[in-house]
Amino acid sequence: MTEAALLSVRGLEVRYATDRGPVQVLGGISLDIPQGTVVGIVGESGSGKSTLALALMGLLPANASQPAGSLLFEGDELATLSLSRRRRLRGTKMAMVFQDPMSSLHPLFAIGTQMVDVQRAKNAGVARGELWRRAAAMLTRVGVPDAAQRMSRYPHEFSGGMRQRVMIAMALLVEPKLLIADEPTTALDATIEAQIVELLRDIRREIRGSVILISHSLGLVAELCDQIVVMYAGKVVETGPVAEVFAQPRHPYTRALLGCEIDPWQVVDASIPLPRIPGSPPDLVDPPRGCVFAARCPQRFERCSEPPPLTPAADGRAAACWLA
Amino acid sequence: MSGAGPILAVDSAVVRYGRLTAVDGLSLSVREGETLGLVGESGCGKTSLAKALVRLLPLASGRILLDGIDTRSAAASAKSWLPGRIQLLFQDPVASLSPRLTIRRLLEEPLRIRRALTPDAWREVEGTFTELGLAPDILDRYPHQLSGGQARRVSMVRALAMRPRIVVADEPTAGLDLSVQGEMLNLLAQVQRQLRLTYLVVSHNLNIVGRITDRVAVMYLGQIVELGTTRRVFDRPAHHYTAALLAANPVLDPQHRRRRILLKSELPSPLNPPSGCRFHPRCAAAQERCRIETPVLREVAEGQQVACHFPRPGTAG
Repeated sequence: MTEAALLSVRGLEVRYATDRGPVQVLGGISLDIPQGTVVGIVGESGSGKSTLALALMGLLPANASQPAGSLLFEGDELATLSLSRRRRLRGTKMAMVFQDPMSSLHPLFAIGTQMVDVQRAKNAGVARGELWRRAAAMLTRVGVPDAAQRMSRYPHEFSGGMRQRVMIAMALLVEPKLLIADEPTTALDATIEAQIVELLRDIRREIRGSVILISHSLGLVAELCDQIVVMYAGKVVETGPVAEVFAQPRHPYTRALLGCEIDPWQVVDASIPLPRIPGSPPDLVDPPRGCVFAARCPQRFERCSEPPPLTPAADGRAAACWLA
Repeated sequence: MSGAGPILAVDSAVVRYGRLTAVDGLSLSVREGETLGLVGESGCGKTSLAKALVRLLPLASGRILLDGIDTRSAAASAKSWLPGRIQLLFQDPVASLSPRLTIRRLLEEPLRIRRALTPDAWREVEGTFTELGLAPDILDRYPHQLSGGQARRVSMVRALAMRPRIVVADEPTAGLDLSVQGEMLNLLAQVQRQLRLTYLVVSHNLNIVGRITDRVAVMYLGQIVELGTTRRVFDRPAHHYTAALLAANPVLDPQHRRRRILLKSELPSPLNPPSGCRFHPRCAAAQERCRIETPVLREVAEGQQVACHFPRPGTAG
């Protein structure tokens, strides 16, 4: 499996400096992103999923520690790569779509100019007119009406949904090996979200590379992804094919989280309380030494004071739980 | 239905921000003890309506009747009359609590303003405080010293201090993780049972609306396009917009996945709403008549009203 992986993460650790001391946001993440798959990373706030995306892209904020561990991308160690080579990688082989497209587009440049610029790193020597034409074609492809005219418009002249289409078009123009989408539909209204989900579903057939979709929405991951990575308190607690993990979760956290999902069509006696997970995630200033979920786990026993390993089972699934 | 009138009635309400009409001639009745959901996408006017109900926004025209009394009438002008009937539960509990006041002061404040801070009234507040699982030592803390869950409970105690009969909850689970939203909703249910409250829940989260409401009103560009019992509307939406909204809700189980209904284009500007049926430019079933004639809410089945000239097939009867 590992030879086929496009990206291989081993023991990734990231700390943020805060007033209260260093916070261990990622506490030793190991995972493989195979070629040509769509991997969903889910977790609640504070699980470290967005930090993981930024660490993969090499875009951690200034108060983050130098990441420890290994990031192998197409066999190259990203951790030791120079800043300029890392930067070049972002315009050619890696691309990211952020949650808020407004803050990731430059407000003072026309959309078309920005769409031409993203292609430069990969297409040195290609005429501007040609890059402009490709950008306009891509805008049409992602469903922006009147693409040719709208190329000379500015980000504030686009709606939220249209801006997110522009971001997706920019990411696709790079033809990345790895596309990371961090909550790409969270800021959008339901019917617009549905349009973007449909677009993502469509383009995943065209993209030859791999996609990492970061989301708090289990439903979205169920609809778009092949594999799932469940994170909790800076650790990966479970991985496997989405359908199998959702049908039979092995980690108590995955099980509890799925139990909290409400099916609005199910007829339930109103007096039955809604499921929830009692307690709250651990304070990562002082992360627990054993299993990160133990304090909230209904099945905890003595052994949980030791950290459970994330060992893959014969079927390729893995759960960091002594009972799995 | 009993002979009693609705506890709350909105009659042709209009809310404007300058040239923009956020709520456009909306009428709605809320029955005592029910939980009514108000759903729709951003800009549909649901939050404006909620604010108008508690008089945080003025009505440009129309009326709001509480127990049959116009909230702008002389009878309703006493300072404690409106808050004793209807209270808003704010979306962001921490932002709604002043950082410079202790929790005790924050809870006393509404009573003080209405000259209702009596030992009995305070004892009642303390009672709710304990019932919601808050420890007395929290009373002397400041909002930033509370956890998110505690802040939510405190703002609920504060909303209930005037013993309102109706609570308008604006996005009660916004920003909450899946694992803790159940706690908030259970709390709402507990309080409703104990105090026999009527709820108006404003939310874009269809999972929650489907689970906790008795009836649901679907809004689009300042108007109600569908209104009915939650079960009926979720099972057989009559309006094409409702159907698209419900189908857009991502679900876990692949076997229950609905066929997505993709709407054409995006939400038109509320500054210049489309003629006729406001949804017609995005509607796959739109015909000539929809461009010209504005549909009004009418009954298509028992407990279901829709504002559409051509409701979805299979919804009548």
